[in-house]
Parts: sequence; C-alpha cells; structure tokens
Amino acid sequence: MSFKLNNRFKSIMGFVLVVGLFFAVPTMASQDTVAVDTTTSVAAAADVVDSATTAAVTDTTVAAASSSPTVTAAKAAVEEVKEVDPQVYKNMIYYILLFLIICTVVAVIGKVISIYELTTKMNGKYNKLAGNNFQATLLLVFLVVFLYGVYWSYANHGAMAWRDAATEHGAEIDTMFIITTVITTLVLVLTHILLFVFSFKYRMREDKRAYYYPHNNTIEKIWTIVPAIVLTILVIFGFLTWRSITNVPEDLQKSAIQVEVLGEQFQWNVRYAGADGVIGKRNYKLTTPTNPYGIDFKDKTSWDDIQGSDIVLPVGKSVRFHIVSKDIIHSFYIPDFRVQINAVPGMTNYFQFTPTVTTEEMREKMNDPKYDFVMLCAKICGSGHYNMQKKVVVVSEEEYKEWLTTQNKYFSEDLQKEYANTPATEEVNKSASLN
Amino acid sequence: MSSTVISHDAAHHDSHGHHQESFLSKYIFSMDHKMIAKQFLITGIIMAVFAMVLSILFRIQLAWPDKEFPLLEVFLGKWAEGGRIKPDFFLSLVTIHGTIMVFFVLTAGLSGTFSNLLIPYQIGARDMASPLMNMLSYWSFLIACIVMVASFFIESGPASAGWTIYPPLSAVPTSISGSGLGQTLWLVSMTFFIVSQVMGGVNYISTILNMRTEGMDLWKMPLTIWALFLTAIVGLLSFPVLVSAVVLLIFDRSFGTSFYLSDLVVQGQILPNEGGSPILFQHLFWFLGHPEVYIVVMPALGLTSEVISTNSRKPIFGYHAMVYSLIGITVLSFIVWGHHMFVTGMNPFLGGVFMITTLIIAVPSAVKGFNYLATLWRGNIRFTPAMMFAIGLVSFFISGGLTGLFLGNATLDINLHDTYFVVAHFHLVMGSASIFGMLCGVYHWYPKMFGRMMNAKLGYLHFWLTFLGAYLVFFPMHFMGIDGVPRRYYAFTEFPFMEKWVSVNVLVTWAAIVAGLGQLAFIYNFFSSIWFGKKATQNPWNSNTLEWTTPVEHIHGNWPGEIPAVHRWPYDYSKPGAEQDFIPQTVPFSETMSSNMPHDFEGNEEAERIQEEWNAKNK
Repeated sequence: MSFKLNNRFKSIMGFVLVVGLFFAVPTMASQDTVAVDTTTSVAAAADVVDSATTAAVTDTTVAAASSSPTVTAAKAAVEEVKEVDPQVYKNMIYYILLFLIICTVVAVIGKVISIYELTTKMNGKYNKLAGNNFQATLLLVFLVVFLYGVYWSYANHGAMAWRDAATEHGAEIDTMFIITTVITTLVLVLTHILLFVFSFKYRMREDKRAYYYPHNNTIEKIWTIVPAIVLTILVIFGFLTWRSITNVPEDLQKSAIQVEVLGEQFQWNVRYAGADGVIGKRNYKLTTPTNPYGIDFKDKTSWDDIQGSDIVLPVGKSVRFHIVSKDIIHSFYIPDFRVQINAVPGMTNYFQFTPTVTTEEMREKMNDPKYDFVMLCAKICGSGHYNMQKKVVVVSEEEYKEWLTTQNKYFSEDLQKEYANTPATEEVNKSASLN
Repeated sequence: MSSTVISHDAAHHDSHGHHQESFLSKYIFSMDHKMIAKQFLITGIIMAVFAMVLSILFRIQLAWPDKEFPLLEVFLGKWAEGGRIKPDFFLSLVTIHGTIMVFFVLTAGLSGTFSNLLIPYQIGARDMASPLMNMLSYWSFLIACIVMVASFFIESGPASAGWTIYPPLSAVPTSISGSGLGQTLWLVSMTFFIVSQVMGGVNYISTILNMRTEGMDLWKMPLTIWALFLTAIVGLLSFPVLVSAVVLLIFDRSFGTSFYLSDLVVQGQILPNEGGSPILFQHLFWFLGHPEVYIVVMPALGLTSEVISTNSRKPIFGYHAMVYSLIGITVLSFIVWGHHMFVTGMNPFLGGVFMITTLIIAVPSAVKGFNYLATLWRGNIRFTPAMMFAIGLVSFFISGGLTGLFLGNATLDINLHDTYFVVAHFHLVMGSASIFGMLCGVYHWYPKMFGRMMNAKLGYLHFWLTFLGAYLVFFPMHFMGIDGVPRRYYAFTEFPFMEKWVSVNVLVTWAAIVAGLGQLAFIYNFFSSIWFGKKATQNPWNSNTLEWTTPVEHIHGNWPGEIPAVHRWPYDYSKPGAEQDFIPQTVPFSETMSSNMPHDFEGNEEAERIQEEWNAKNK
C-alpha cells in the first residue's frame, strides 16, 4: 500500500518535471531573442542564422495560424519575434512557474493528508467516513455562501442592472418580470436549502440504513400539479400581455407616428414618414451610391420622407416602427423601452409603443446628466456588431416638431435633378432588372 | 442469432489468448462497444479542452478590452495583431466554442460515450446491434472534429456567424470573412457529425429494443437506459432536419439558389437572390436546435439518476414518474422550437402558442428536480466525486431551469432575447448541468471503463473548482442581460451604460481561468489513473445494475459465460429485511425471501402464495 502511494507521488513529481521541461523551451527561445535584439546592431552574418533559428521556433505556430506562403510567414515571424518584448516571455514563465508551484503545494497537501490517514489507520483510529463528513460539511458551507452570494448579487448587480421601463408596455413587462423573479427566487432558495441540507443531514453513517421509499403517488401528484398551476397563471398573463403588445388594432396602427429603421453593416438609418404620414416605398434594387437607402422616388409619398440623424420621439405618443434590413439580420433593441424585434432582409417587422419618460426626466432620475436612451443591435451581424448604435431621444411634442424641421429630406436636390432628367431610362432599367 | 455466435466466441476468450488482437484492431478500428465508448470519451475530452481554451481567449478580450497581450500574437498571428484579438476572430472563437461544446462534447462526447458503454452493459447484451456501424459512427465523428479544427488553419478563418449560423450572415462571404471557406468546412463537418449521430442513434435504439437479456423488460431498465433510449429517438428524428437545413444552405452558398436569401444589398453590392426567407432557416435549425438541448441534457439526467440513487443507497424516488417525465420532455421537445424566434418577426400568435408549449415542458422538468430531492431525503449518502457532480447537476438544473421561465415567456423575452441573460441561462441549465452529468458519469463508470479507480481527492478538488467557478462565471451574467447587454459583443467599451460591467467581466474571466486550470486536475487524474490508478474491484460502488456483474478485465462479449437473467428493478437499495443495502438485478426473489414485498411480484399469484407461506413459517 505504502509503495503504491509512493509510486503515485513519484509519478506526480515526474509529471511536474515533464511539464516544467516542456515549458522550459520558450525560456530558451526568449533568451535567444534577447541575444538577437542586442546584437542585431552589429549585423554579423551569424546573427542572421541565429535569428532564423529563433524564427523557426515561433514559425511553427505562426505559419500554422496563417496559410500564407512559408517564405512570407518566416519573414513575418522574424519581424514579430523582434516586436515581442522579451519581458512577455518572462512573464509567461513566471505565471507558469507560479502555477507549477501551486500544483506542487496541492500535491504536498494531498500527500500530507494521505500520510495522516495512514497514521490514523496504523493507530486504529481511522474513521472511514471522515472524508465523507468533510464533503458534507463543505456542501453545507457552500449553501450559506451561495445564499449570501445570491443576495449580494441581487443587491449589487441587481441595482446596477435595473432601470424602470420608459414605455407604457414596458411597465407591464416589468411587473411580470418582478412577479416571475419573486417566484423563481423563492423556488431557487427553497430547493437549494433542501438539496444541501438533505445532503448534509443524511450523509452516510456507519450504523444506518437509508429509508426504502420508492414512490408516493400523492406527493408526486402535488408537485406535478402545483408547478402546472403556477405556470398556467404565468402563461395566461404572459399570453395576454404578449397579444396586447403585438396585436395593435388597425386604427391605432394608422394613427401612430410612422418611423422606418433600416439596419445595415454597421449602422442604422432612420426614416420619418414626413408630412403625409406615409412612408414611401423602398426597393432594394434601386440602391445606388446617391440613393443608398434604395427609396423608390417614383412613389410620391416618399418625397417628403425625412432622414433622422437620431431617433427622436415625442413623449406620450404612440410610435409605430417599421423595421427592415438592407443586408443581413440585425436586431432593433432599445433596452430602456423593453423593445426588441429583428430586422430581417426581405420582410418588414413592426413594433408599436409609447414612450412615457423624456430623456431629461430620465437623466434626473438616474442623476446622470449625460444619460441617453440607446438603440443597439442584438443579433450577431459581423465585426462591427458591438458598436452599431443610434441615440434615442424622447422630448416634448413641440421639441419633436421643431427637431423634425431641422432634418434633411431623403429626396435631396441632387436626386430631384437626377430624377427630373432621367425618368425614361429609369423605367427601362427597372423593367430590365425585373426580367 | 448473432448473440449465440458471439457467446461462443466469448467462451473461447475466457480461456485466454485464442486469437491475438493487433494494436489496430483493438485500439483504432475497434468494433467493441467498450473501446468505442473510450474513443468517444477521449475525443470528447480533447475537444472540450480545445473549446475551453477558445472560451478563455474571448473571456480575456472581454475582461481587458484595451490591454495588449503580445503573447496572443505569437500564437494567433494576424488574428491578434498587436496582441489584441480582432472582432472577426472574436466571433469565430464564440462560434466554434459553441459548436464544439454543444455538438462534439455534449452530444457525441456525452451520449456517444455512455450510450456505447452502458447500453450493452446495462441491458445485458454482448455488444451493439451493429458493431460495424458503431465503428463508422465514431469515425464520422472523428472526421467531423478534424474538419472543424482544420478550419483554424485557413486564410479566411473559421466560421464566425454564431453556432446557429443564421443566414444571410453565414451565406454571404462578403458580410464576414468567416463565411468563406471556414463556413464551408463548418457545414461539411456538421454533415459528417450528423451521419455519425444517425448511425449511432439507429444502433442504440435497435440494441435497446431487441437485445435486452432475459427478464429485462422495459420497466426494469435503469433510468440511464431510458434516458439514452429517448435521447437517441430525439436525435434520430431531429438531426435529419438539420441536414436539410445545412444542404439548402450549401446550395445557397455555392449554387446560387435562394432558399434563405432575398432583397440583399451587402457592402453596396445588390445580390441577385430573390424570394427566399431567412426565417425558414431558423425554423429548420431550431427544429433540431431545441430538441438538441434535450439531447444534451437527458443523458446527463439519466446518469445522475443512477448515481444519486446508488450513492444515496436509496431507490430513485418515483421511477415511473421519472420515466414519464422523460417521455414528456421527449414529445414536447419537438413542439417548442419557436421560443427561440419570438422576436424574429414570426407571426406573433404563433409565438403565443410556442410560449404555452414551452412552459408546459417545465412541468416534467420540475418533477425530475423534486424527485432528485426526494431521493436524497432520508438517504445514507456517500459523497463519491461522482455524487458531488450529480448534486452539482441538480443545483445547476434548478438554477438554470428557473430562468427558463423568463425566456419561455414571450413577453419577458422581448427584453432578454439575445442578451447575456440567455448566455447565463443556457450555460447553467444545458452547459454546466450536462458537463457535470458527463463528469459524474466519468467518475462513476471509470472503474468499468479502465479497470482502475480515479483519485478521489483530486476529484473533490476538481469538483469544487468547477462548481464554484461555474457559478461565479455565469451568475453575474444574468444581471448584464437584465441591463440589456447583448451577447456576442466584442467589447463593452462603446456604450456608456455597459462600462460598469467591465469590472464584473474581470471577475468572470478570472473565475473562468481558475476553473479552466482546475480542469487540469481532472485531465491529469483521468490519464494517469489509466496506468497508475488503484485497481478496481468488480463492483466498487455496491451497485445493482448489470454492468457490475461483468469481470473487471474487458473481454469480448462482456460476460464470460451465459448472460445473466434479470429478476428485479435496478433500485433495490436499503430494502428492509435484506442482508446488504443493495440487491443486484440478477438476484432472484427466491434468494431474498426476507425482503420481498407484495408489489414485487407484479400480480404473479403463484409467487405471492409462496411468499405468504414463507412469511407464515418465518414469523
């Protein structure tokens, strides 16, 4: 038995040694680099050979990463090796050494425990279940830490995360969110108390046997039906609210302010309906450098369409957003408004809501004079996904109307001239493309 | 018939060395279910480590978005120029991390390993119904892995449209560099993977239905087998739909069709595609994608049911309820996929319907959770490392499952969709819970796989590092999501409201790094125990199921003589009146007269009469 343990100890140390040797290779490489760096000024032929060999060390990784021809890769590698500060390698070695030391400490502690167990065995005081009790106690300690952690996280992270919704439907969502949070937190806490207290209380005892209790249909029925009832209530409220948000009556749809938002990599374009309250047609085939939005200016309702620099909305007015995409799927997401719908190429999605809090009021509430509502992209759309935003400003109705007058029309003078000159060719073009 | 042939063969093996297996036929092109299980497991572990390293890389970027790590450039070259990971490559990391973890680790690594190992063992079969197909299943899986990893070695980089590969992003190479050759390789890899899954699934189902030993009726099967059986059915019905989605996407990408594409102006270029719909792809994808999460979690639930029962020394509470809830989950899993698409512009009424089905599926899941707790109640619990991981799974299954009530509710999903709340939810309920199920299985069945024991102390260390690490990593993410931070963001620096989360990200990244290093305890334990572990006894956990009646040394055909017959259910632990606190399934009732109960005989009057006579005599 003792031989076995000894053997395992050796194998651990051997493993540590092998790992150490493995990581020792970069040490040499880094030393070489230092040599190269200090002696390149001499520019001796030997140095070229030297740097080539160091390059070869790193080359394998670099060449593997980029499939460019090896010659250029090697050149690049030489440059990169020179760029990397040798301190970087040293730091890495320190970290690895630190980790190995921790491993060794852990191995030593493990050994000490084994030796302790062996001595207790020799003294005849060995308690087979000591380890079991220890783990059971740890689980109980974990329960306390976990519950406190949940509380701490709710209090701190929760405070960081939570802002009341700034829209009418958002307030309903918030109520439902809080009800769901209360129910789930209650279940989370109770089940975890049961899980870990049971684990601790019913840890293995030498003289005890478990209670043979294969099933109890009554209890099982209860805990099938109770969650079912709770879920039914949540479903009914969720369903009704969902319908009220998504199923807006037609007259309200028409009376709302109409705004179209077009997503593209990686920006949002905003189009207000203008004086006639109707958004002009858009045809992606008409996209040109002068008309990047692809607006069909033969549709006269498009002539007064306004280009919004930001999304500016009057407080307390229902706004109907038409969400479209120029290239790939984006997601129109305004966290403060509890609004999200995807922008999908080839179809239009709608989201209608009523903002209830102006930006000014929000700033006062947040006690942050720079706070802004923001609309962002929530669907992976490429390298600029993380920075695809548009400011959303909620103002009073007068300010909104005033702002609208300051914005440009999509049908700019240049475009007007273009269209006045070439209506016939445009017609031909269109029919050609349709064919 | 085949079983008689093999049994003849097995009898020969008993007398040792009749025909020598070559290295190739024993370890590489093996058709033995035990060896294939080990192949799946070790490949799965390697892929898990790979995917974990990817996750550490992108966690580093999230925690220190403005810092330079020259070392990254040494290893990653142009993808980390100046020591900072590029946005494109960040998305690749996220994509491949998700793909590998979901498909290669938690599907193939988990159900591939344990279906192969446990199905023949626990139902009493010599091997799988088709050993050849079983081998091909592993080899297709391996090819899939190699192709996926190979995509890191091409000029344009690996796929980067997210593991859900929504077109048009994944279909139009000009929209992101990863959608070039990298995406093609992704699709090729996935096709091989599905081939592997289908071959495996057919095999598992036919083995379970046809090759159970005498007495092993469906209601005597361990819950592991039930879970693996239902998982295989779900996989067999849903994976082919992913093939169709993948094939249509290949057509769109390579042959100019327009199944998913319409009205596109990408980078100023008007594309000719017309008439398709990206939503179609999402329907096809999630028709697999949602059952997939149950494919991932059901085997984990099956394994832990067995482990919790064995180590509580107590029958699993509500065996029938456990089976019915698994069946319920299986059926419902096919009609809930729309809850991934509440805000995609799918008809809102349809969204409402999907919301109802989604919340119904929470009921069987809740029943399972409660049954676990009831199993622990008044048990005699032995905390083996496997048991620790099983308890961890229950914790994750509850804490992650509860947030499903938010996301399954279409109204609340509006604000939480595609945020970190989703990341936290599925990493707990599907990621961590399944990984814990898998690790629980590895610790528990390691003696069966390798004939040696793993080091328990390292196991505990591994458990605590992983358990605490997982909660520290994923719990704070809920709050980022509530605040409205979308997932797959390269940096939180561009929005004033996100800046407060960078400090939390540092905590999360450190927790991830420590938990990641903690896995070395497992890797070392796993591989060194293959050679240096303590020799295992035949039934180290005093377990009831059939696999522990086989000899420690693996032999072809599993049992040296006849396959044992089964007389009872697998959960007779701590039965009152029995000599020991466990009665293996192979022990007939005639040998346990003192502990038999009336319902054991399932209405067999003759047996009841004999028992009554015995009871009268021994009063």
